[in-house]
Amino acid sequence: MKITKIVPRLIWSALIVSILGACGGGENNVTIGNRESVLHWGNGDEPQELDPHIITGVPEHHLMIALLEGLVLKDPTTLEPIPGVAESWTISEDGTVYTFKIRDNAKWSNGDPLTAEDFRWSWERSLLPALGNQYSYMAFPIKNAQAFSTGELTDFSQVGVKVLDKLTLEVTLNNPTPYFLQLLDHYSMFPVHRATIEKHGEPGERGTRWTRVGSFVGNGPFILKQWDLNKVLIVEKSPTYWDRDTVKLNGIHFHPTQNITTEERMFRAGQLHYTNVVPPEKILNYRENNPESLHVSPYLGTYFYRINTRVKHLSDARVRKALALSIDRKSLVKNVTKAGEIPAYTFTPPNTLGYTANLSESFNPEKARALLAEAGYPGGQGFPATEILYNTHEGHRKLAVAIQQMWKKELNVEITLLNQDWKVYLDTETSGNYEISRAGWIGDYVDPNTFLDLWLKDGGNNRTGWSNEEYERLVFQEAPQAKTQEARYEAFRKAEQILLDEMPIILVYTYVSKHLVHPSVKGLPGNLMDYPSYKNMYLSDESQSGLQ
Amino acid sequence: MLRFILSRLLQAVPVLLVVITVTFFLIHSVPGGPFSADRAVAPAVMKALNAQYKLDLPVWQQYTSYVGDLLTGDLGPSFKYPGRSVNEMIYAGLPNTVELGFYAMLVAVCIGVVAGVIAALKPNTKQDYIPMSLAMIGICMPSFLLGPLLVLVCGIWMDWLPVSGWGDIPGDKILPALTLGSAYAAYIARLSRGGMLEVMSQDYIRTARAKGLSEWVVVLKHGLRGGLIPVTAFLGPAFAGLLSGSFVVETIFQIPGLGRFYVQAAFNRDYTMIMGTTIFFSTAIIFFNLFSDVLATWLDPKLRQQFQGGK
Repeated sequence: MKITKIVPRLIWSALIVSILGACGGGENNVTIGNRESVLHWGNGDEPQELDPHIITGVPEHHLMIALLEGLVLKDPTTLEPIPGVAESWTISEDGTVYTFKIRDNAKWSNGDPLTAEDFRWSWERSLLPALGNQYSYMAFPIKNAQAFSTGELTDFSQVGVKVLDKLTLEVTLNNPTPYFLQLLDHYSMFPVHRATIEKHGEPGERGTRWTRVGSFVGNGPFILKQWDLNKVLIVEKSPTYWDRDTVKLNGIHFHPTQNITTEERMFRAGQLHYTNVVPPEKILNYRENNPESLHVSPYLGTYFYRINTRVKHLSDARVRKALALSIDRKSLVKNVTKAGEIPAYTFTPPNTLGYTANLSESFNPEKARALLAEAGYPGGQGFPATEILYNTHEGHRKLAVAIQQMWKKELNVEITLLNQDWKVYLDTETSGNYEISRAGWIGDYVDPNTFLDLWLKDGGNNRTGWSNEEYERLVFQEAPQAKTQEARYEAFRKAEQILLDEMPIILVYTYVSKHLVHPSVKGLPGNLMDYPSYKNMYLSDESQSGLQ
Repeated sequence: MLRFILSRLLQAVPVLLVVITVTFFLIHSVPGGPFSADRAVAPAVMKALNAQYKLDLPVWQQYTSYVGDLLTGDLGPSFKYPGRSVNEMIYAGLPNTVELGFYAMLVAVCIGVVAGVIAALKPNTKQDYIPMSLAMIGICMPSFLLGPLLVLVCGIWMDWLPVSGWGDIPGDKILPALTLGSAYAAYIARLSRGGMLEVMSQDYIRTARAKGLSEWVVVLKHGLRGGLIPVTAFLGPAFAGLLSGSFVVETIFQIPGLGRFYVQAAFNRDYTMIMGTTIFFSTAIIFFNLFSDVLATWLDPKLRQQFQGGK
């Protein structure tokens, strides 16, 4: 039969082609990238979308700051607001009216001029209830923005955003909001190109094709060139960007590196300049053998445990304090997490734009035992079995096991562990069906407010059932109306003291950001928000040694 | 034969319908929705999102609406990737998964058949024990161990082959194909050894030898055809398994295939994506099972006669 001859031939041809394909090769991405000024960036996950008013994640954030730009940028080291599309701004004496002067050479990538109206329209779109923008609250300091986003108000002209002339935008706030300029660098406040969006659908429609290659029009330092699903997203230097002379990179390849072990191997093989994270088990090795590639810096986030204060035995602050005091955080970061995390004694990470709360008490097992006895559980007797809930992850498990052991050793209480898949865990935690639950909070902007407004009574992110009237007064009334930054911080300090005294949460550590960075990458100073500034980054050809 | 194929295809319809229905109601009963997030989603935003994806309707209405769209070939929009339709994502990932599956199958068949035949020619000797022990190791070693091992040795220590990618760097398809194919190669080695052992003791093989044919001709021309029937029966389900089980290999080697979407969709509660990929893989399994049955029939003269007699 003929087929018996054809099949083996086909098989052999395919084999030969595959084997021949193996020959050649040689240069890796890093070598080629350094020569051509193209950065290979491990970006964590496949981006959901490129619509700044829809997306929610860090990988998307990286793409957005390459493709779009807001009125204000952040200094890559200090994170202080610096001019972006707005070349300057003035703030009224009472701190509620901001007037932005947009630069006349700011352009969209298709050559259209960028105007104040572009911002007004974009912010209106980002607040449209139908769009379902999960970060619409970034605009809530603006007068009437919240009412518009919930549909209570339908006339956007009543929202505090006014176009004074082609290049002047006036924004009126509800209250003085010292961190308002920082919010303008969040992607949900970025401008979008009206004509492109309207060409592909309604402004409030999700998932239209305006974000595709060939359609996307941006105003950032780079333009979208190629997007291969789950493979790579390529951007190239924009010829229309106002500050194009500063941009040194010719392009960036964003690789969706979901598996952190694979990402680390790609880095070692010279496929990536930068990794999104570092596998915890590799940190020690890099620290000893390749310290110049390991970048670890403090990160604006706190790892903690929520305590459900609606559960009877956990409703007693003495019990919660006893649990907190019997955790040896220094030992946890040294022996369990091992990446240089900082033991947390305040909820707001220390030195958040000059703010540091009074430290809560550190490891004190004797006091913990006394408090537990005072609460009616001497020597842990009669203490109900309590469960720690965490989302399935090896790091969370290790930490929970260590804390379980500490509580057993110091307080003689029985703790069980329950891990759940991420979405189930969220469901359990939100519905209040837990006792103690692991959590993390990353600040949206560098200001204590992003940490302290979490504990609003019935706030969606509180989930502990805890509330305190004085706390709410300090955070939501006294701080916003404070005349000076010092007075404002003092109000926050008092509020945080209440939080740490009542302990509806147990602090564990302050996060650090961890990346592997090839020595050829320059202009990437670590900062508290782990915020890369691609326009200031460049590749130096000097360090070609590789990292084999 | 045609009637056989048609009846099998007809049987597939209720099977698929059951798969669709069970999967649909199962995923909707699992806690956690597609839009639940670490940061609380404002009620107004959640309402808008649910309305956009019809999640505000009763589940049975969502089901009928989904099946209605499905009949027109529309698998719906992905919940996790708002700008993409499920059809588009399957279309983007499938060629890579099929290509990976094809190469893996090639590796599996080439290594498996050769090892199996060599072992069967001299049973219970070193020539049998060595390939069969290797096959046992191949079966036992999961791809999440073999993949990184191959990467470490061939990619990082020896610097022979790329450690990741798909079609970017010459040779980047070799390690994934080897990783995915090796477990199947081991199965095929054991199956072909068994098949060959049985066939080589048959009368017609003795006749062939008596005719004075060389051992090579006896094995390759007369032995293999009968000896490989168990292997062909295995190939269909194996290929379906290669497609749907490529998740680990796709993740290890950064391959933009369908397997990654399949597993991630479940974690993300991306309902339409879970449905789309499940339907797709179920169809593939049904199809490849049918294909291997037809192939086995064509190879086996006894079965072929049955069908010809039944005409």
